Amino acid sequence: MIIQGTAHVVGDNIDTDVILPGRYLTLTDPAQLAQHVFEGVDPDFVSRVKPGDILIAGRNFGSGSSREHAPIGLKALGLSCVIAESFARIFYRNAINLGLPILICPEAARAAKPGDAVKVDTDSGTVEVAGQVFRAQPFPPFLQELIAAGGLVPWVHAELARK
Amino acid sequence: MGQTMAEKILAQHAISGEVEPGRIIRARIDTVLLNDVSGPLSFKQFYEMGATRVAAPEGVVLVCDHFAPAPSISAAHGLKAMRQFAEEQRIPHFFDVGQGGIEHTLLPERHLIAPGDLIIGGDSHTCTYGAFDAFGTGLGSTDIAAAMALGELWFLVPESVQFIFHGTKRPFVTGKDIILRVLQEIGADGATYQAMEFAGEGIASLSIDERMAVCNMAVEGGAKTGIVVPDAVTEAWARDHAAARPYQFVAPDPDAHYAASYTFDLADFGPMVARPHSPANVVPADEVLGTHVDQVYIGNCANGTITDLRQAASVLGGRHVARGTRAVVVPATQRVYEQAMAEGLIAQLIEAGVAVSTPTCGACFGGHMGLLDDGEVAITTTNRNFRGRMGHAGAQVYLANAYVAAAAAVAGEIVDPAQVGVNVAGAKDGNA
Repeated sequence: MIIQGTAHVVGDNIDTDVILPGRYLTLTDPAQLAQHVFEGVDPDFVSRVKPGDILIAGRNFGSGSSREHAPIGLKALGLSCVIAESFARIFYRNAINLGLPILICPEAARAAKPGDAVKVDTDSGTVEVAGQVFRAQPFPPFLQELIAAGGLVPWVHAELARK
Repeated sequence: MGQTMAEKILAQHAISGEVEPGRIIRARIDTVLLNDVSGPLSFKQFYEMGATRVAAPEGVVLVCDHFAPAPSISAAHGLKAMRQFAEEQRIPHFFDVGQGGIEHTLLPERHLIAPGDLIIGGDSHTCTYGAFDAFGTGLGSTDIAAAMALGELWFLVPESVQFIFHGTKRPFVTGKDIILRVLQEIGADGATYQAMEFAGEGIASLSIDERMAVCNMAVEGGAKTGIVVPDAVTEAWARDHAAARPYQFVAPDPDAHYAASYTFDLADFGPMVARPHSPANVVPADEVLGTHVDQVYIGNCANGTITDLRQAASVLGGRHVARGTRAVVVPATQRVYEQAMAEGLIAQLIEAGVAVSTPTCGACFGGHMGLLDDGEVAITTTNRNFRGRMGHAGAQVYLANAYVAAAAAVAGEIVDPAQVGVNVAGAKDGNA
């Protein structure tokens, strides 16, 4: 899959409380959750994002709370991909489970500036930032299988059918 | 080669795959925990997966604790979803408002876990169960739904990191300070995707409640879990509180392999504080003395135990919350609340001018019961001080133990508990 979009850049240790504040965790509708992404620290973020845009982050993106509301909100806002130097463990699983493309690519994450044109090839694992090409870390085979299935929901669906 | 505790517990639960760090296995699960934040999303995904029945209803625990009692109509909707799922799926272990309390303090209190267990929860602080010789780890709602549907889940076998504590604690030092010291050392992502193992006579000297405080914040270093090497304290807890099924204590092999090993001497540090806006932004409490606090919050899944309430009451008893400061104390469970009443702690806190709340996750995650406004400063016994976590993004939160938090309530600013005239022997330590 080829993903192309404009970069929005955030720093290190962006936690899920910052991505989606706790007071909105009673919401379950993705479109409603999308309206509160980064609300506390960057109230205009939601209005700046256009469908297909790409989020670039530093180290330990998605740390803290396990709230799946965070990746749901990012995806529903129209962000097509998250590229980071590293991800916190639970966010990493949540994103894969939901079919939100994520890539670990420290070089690309460090090179990207807000507004850069970014092109991602999820099959080859290459990330192009403002003309420079970087290679993302490959996923282990089992995760490739999960990603190819479209996430954990269709994967479990198939498992249950097999049983 | 020998195995670490995390490797041993995963090996005992593995259905397929090789238990070696970096490998992916499928494993059966003893307990699946959901709360009113992770639950509603998880129920949706469960049915979306085509599942109709929970694979093992006895192994599922539903706890209403985050937006409980409901502060809004949308929260009431989420709590209703919990009741409906419990009914539809005949989940025996369902804790409604007024019947349980904060999940991670509740499960070990109600015979729902045992040593050697593999426990997953739709809450990042599920790592707390490492205090009981169990492997607990937090996951998102979709993973939890998959585990309910299949009775198993995939796990990446983590590397293990060892933290050895020698020596004896200094006055007013608790389990909270020990984990803050660890976070100071390794940073907010220093143990990402790793299992922490806590050992040494310094750890053995901690009560079960203090061990919970240590393991609870393993995730603040990015860890998948944090486990204390079992000993007589673990055995005593298990005799009175473990689930009524066969279980086995798990200890590390002498030749187990650790990715890293850290050694600390408890004599080397006093009470620690995490400054805004990271639990790993840790300094000795001495470095922030004199910081004015608008709110003191004592509670949450890390430090709302009877031990914490005794520590708080030992400072606040016979004293009063300072003008210009407010204090909220949240007993973690109904039973902790009852015991605190029986011991006279609640009366002492109320006389001191403290707002005592029903058990709830409340303001810890910015839900309700004491949010902060722009520019306000709080000191809390909770586990996270991220920007905006407890309310306005312009608020500042310091994390500390219950002695330090309670002393700040009395002084109106961060002080050494000895400064308000507290004798450390005043608080009885340990679990009842």
